[in-house]
Amino acid sequence: MIEVKHLNKTFHLKSGDVTALRDVSFRVEKGSIYGIIGYSGAGKSTLVRCLNLLEYADSGELRIGDDREIVLQQGRPAIGGRKMTARQENALRRGIGMIFQHFNLLDRLTVFDNIAYPLKHTGKNRIRIRQRVMELLELVGLTDKADVFPSQLSGGQKQRVAIARALAGNPPILLSDEATSALDPEATESILTLLKELNRKLGITVVLITHEMAVVKRIADRVAVMEEGRIVEEGSVYDLFSNPGTEISRRFVASSSLLGKIDRMIRDNADLANVREGELLVRLTFEKECVGQHVLTSAAKETGVDLNLLLADAEYLQGSPLGGIVGILSGTPESIEKGIDYLRNHHVRTEVLQDGGVHQNRRTESLHVPG
Amino acid sequence: MEEFIRTAAPNLYTYRDKFWKSFGATFEMFWKAGGIVFLVGMFFGVLLVVTRKGGIRQNLVVYQLVNTVVNLFRSIPFIILLIFLIPLTRAVVGTAINVKGAILPLVFGAVPFYTRQVEVALSGVDAGKIEAARSMGSGTAGLIFRVYLREAVPDLIRVTTVTAISLIGLTTMAGAVGAGGIGSFAINYGQNQNHPDIVNACVIVLLLLTFLLQGSGNLLARRTHNRKLFVRIHRKQEKSI
Repeated sequence: MIEVKHLNKTFHLKSGDVTALRDVSFRVEKGSIYGIIGYSGAGKSTLVRCLNLLEYADSGELRIGDDREIVLQQGRPAIGGRKMTARQENALRRGIGMIFQHFNLLDRLTVFDNIAYPLKHTGKNRIRIRQRVMELLELVGLTDKADVFPSQLSGGQKQRVAIARALAGNPPILLSDEATSALDPEATESILTLLKELNRKLGITVVLITHEMAVVKRIADRVAVMEEGRIVEEGSVYDLFSNPGTEISRRFVASSSLLGKIDRMIRDNADLANVREGELLVRLTFEKECVGQHVLTSAAKETGVDLNLLLADAEYLQGSPLGGIVGILSGTPESIEKGIDYLRNHHVRTEVLQDGGVHQNRRTESLHVPG
Repeated sequence: MEEFIRTAAPNLYTYRDKFWKSFGATFEMFWKAGGIVFLVGMFFGVLLVVTRKGGIRQNLVVYQLVNTVVNLFRSIPFIILLIFLIPLTRAVVGTAINVKGAILPLVFGAVPFYTRQVEVALSGVDAGKIEAARSMGSGTAGLIFRVYLREAVPDLIRVTTVTAISLIGLTTMAGAVGAGGIGSFAINYGQNQNHPDIVNACVIVLLLLTFLLQGSGNLLARRTHNRKLFVRIHRKQEKSI
């Protein structure tokens, strides 16, 4: 379990003050995967570095695992009212593994010695270290690379070594700082699969920061969206995807779903997205309750509304289905109105993206004009 | 060979004992001063990197102090430093002449240069590696010895080679305090007695020495780039049938 309360951090630079964290609070349940997403400069890197005290927050409280609460005052961490010693800080860091965008392996050490790095000088003897390293190599699938140097490995393999190294001391927590951002799609997929597998097998808690929604979608349980040092939205990945509550979340969701294409089409004034007089361009979201039912065809039959399908997408998030359709509704004004009511009554979230003069007089629900 | 030297360089042959003695003096100055320069320069180089702004143990007072002293000594020409330090040398080692009296000025002449070089070499270590090692719980000593000094080995070899070559240059000036060496041999027996073959021989010896140092330095730096010099094999032991 990780608990963060009211974390603040400001960097005093020559060019002026930059506030990286503003009153950040969140909680990560033991054994879960927690995603923190934001554009670069949102403060997520600072946040994750504050967790293992690579960076000191100016103020706030931290609780890592079952340890006592760490209170930050005037940019110094203290436990139980006493300033933390370097030894205490290093012990805390040993309990938290960390992986990085650029792997940060030691180039002059073999894969074996890289993984053994955190084990050496901890009182373990050579045979036990060897045993543990071999175990870890097996875990990340690189048993044949023990004596190879990092410069001879691919990006994905380097990140596997970095993961093995981070896990060497059996930490209950793993921090991932954009760990897949420098990898090609195939390597990204294999690293995410590995992280998920480690999370399941070892029960390790993972906090991962990223600017790619696809990463969060793929493995995270919960997600926090950061903007300008604040967490602007927090919730389960499913909720965020099915019902993003802020503009930035919508942008992130759109970036990783086929349906996001419609925003671009509208912006570019594409022919397909142009609505004629009396038509509505809508986005329909089918959440767990209504996926698998034939709501659409029933709506058409019962109300006489027509749907011209433009885009459709469906995905599984944490085992639950989420479907989406973008299309143009046409028909008589009454049938369109009835059709929308029918869909809403059947838990299909309906957003009007473009209005061809049908809706002005009607209460507009979750109207969203992109761009 | 002896016959060849006797005819090609008759003066060198005449003074061959003096030549060997001065060669030995140069060598003695080189390794004695060099050893001290290596340790002291390395220490101050590490100190600069560790205490600089954003360093792993930032301490701007220490940094500025070392930085200023290094700049100060770097700006004094060695031949002037040599005589300037005579009182100090006499106080520390008891004499300001001979090889013994030349070591201290040589150290003062080369340490600032080497310190700067070590600082540059260590600055080349990727900050990400330092951060990763910190995240694994390494303290200051761990970061210095297991990351900075180890990852910078190829660059350290390069800058050590450069410093060693410039140190040989410095030793030739040590003749000014009567330390002997190839430099003063070339002046006293070559130039002043009008024996060009002696000057030429000294140049050849110094050239060979420089080539040897640079060559082995380059080789070692290449052999340690992105790898260790010697690798222990950890392959899974196959069960024999």
